[in-house]
Amino acid sequence: MIKTQNLTKHYQGLVAVEDLTFSVEPGEVLGFLGPNGAGKSTTMRMIAGFVTPTSGSASICGFDVATQPIAAKTALGYLPEGAPCYGEMTVAGFLDFIADLRALEGATRKTRLDYVIGRLQLDGVLEQSIDTLSKGFKRRVGLAQAIVHDPKVLILDEPTDGLDPVQKHEVRTLISEIAKEKTIVISTHILEEVDAVCTRAIIIAHGRLVADDTPAGLKARAPSGRLDDVFRAVAA
Amino acid sequence: MNKVRIILRREFASYFATPLAYVFIVIFLILAGVCTFSLGGLYESGQADLAPLFRLLPWLYLFLVPAVSMRLWAEERKSGTIELLFTQPVTLWQAVLGKFFAAWLFVGIALALTFPTWITVNYLGNPDNGAVLAGYIGAFIMAGAYLAVGSCMSALTNNQVIAFVLTAVVCFAFALAGLPAVTEWSRGLFDWMAGWSFMGAGAKDVVHSIDNAVTDGIAGLSFLTHFESISKGVLALRDLLYFGLVITFFLLSSAALLEKRK
Repeated sequence: MIKTQNLTKHYQGLVAVEDLTFSVEPGEVLGFLGPNGAGKSTTMRMIAGFVTPTSGSASICGFDVATQPIAAKTALGYLPEGAPCYGEMTVAGFLDFIADLRALEGATRKTRLDYVIGRLQLDGVLEQSIDTLSKGFKRRVGLAQAIVHDPKVLILDEPTDGLDPVQKHEVRTLISEIAKEKTIVISTHILEEVDAVCTRAIIIAHGRLVADDTPAGLKARAPSGRLDDVFRAVAA
Repeated sequence: MNKVRIILRREFASYFATPLAYVFIVIFLILAGVCTFSLGGLYESGQADLAPLFRLLPWLYLFLVPAVSMRLWAEERKSGTIELLFTQPVTLWQAVLGKFFAAWLFVGIALALTFPTWITVNYLGNPDNGAVLAGYIGAFIMAGAYLAVGSCMSALTNNQVIAFVLTAVVCFAFALAGLPAVTEWSRGLFDWMAGWSFMGAGAKDVVHSIDNAVTDGIAGLSFLTHFESISKGVLALRDLLYFGLVITFFLLSSAALLEKRK
């Protein structure tokens, strides 16, 4: 599970995230919504331990990100925005590297690698260097990296960005499939995605939390019953 | 498996995944040859040793080592992989050390590939091979100091060209500090100050002792001063300690810079 307590980040006087408190329980898929620049990525980076908060704290599975970073990161699978990978490495080499860092060994290692390679259909490109892959494949390599160690908590920053409709559907199916016992946070600005995979949605604007509800509850807030009307109303 | 070693291995392999490694090694070996035989005048000196190579090595490092170190952090920043790396269960230190050792190992291999020169002097005469070995150890450790500076400069920016230029300039200052021209200039400055007419004898003594401290301090900071005795075959603890301290200082600075920019 994920907990944040008064999470705040200022950049030289600029407010990126202000006083964000929420928690996500196992079994939940939280959709993180907000206009561009609202502070979605900054929040995810703080939870993942890449950005140090100005004040406040975050914890993953009870491990404080600031004081027990290794334990927190061990429990976490994280897909950074844009799915950065080491471009000169082959897909197989890259996944091996991540499996090494994640201390996967023996039979588990083989099972997990086989699973992510099969599940994300990377079989055909294993020996290709990541630089030569299409955007869709790069994104899938990033996803494979995030789930290879079967983490309890998964944070995915725009997991379907740049994928075609078929691949988008594939990724959503994958998320729903592994969602049962995991805590998942995905950020997106595709509102249909919230309907498709999320059990709950948070909308942030200008770094502040402006709505926290189930997708159905959010829809009920607008007379039209459409999610994008709600989004426009609260995010303005 | 040790995390430092995992990062070291990935980083080291990445040098060879691009033409960088091959271009670097070929250019390094050509220039090392030029330094030894042409600029250093190995044949003309009439001595069978590697002094010509070691004498010019600090200057050769000056523009080749920054080319290896500039990508250490700047590239990770630019491509965003730094976010991937630092959200894995690794500590900042494991990453700093893994990357530094990979670069050091790589330069070490380039250095070791100058061995035909060593074979040549053995063919031509009877060099003191112990001294040659000490020289190589010194050259390797000095490369570590250059690379640690480079790691720090690369952590400072996400632009590789800026990292290259800053590393070259800082290393140049460290090398320059030991040149006779610099120490003479420093002494001259203090002599001039001591010559001021209003100075009493006591004040002059003070100026001279400051002069000694500052000038020795500047010379003591130099890569050249410390490498010179090693390259002659004297592996003094003092010099090894000096390079160890330079490496430690700049790696600590790298880690502090990376932490600060989180």
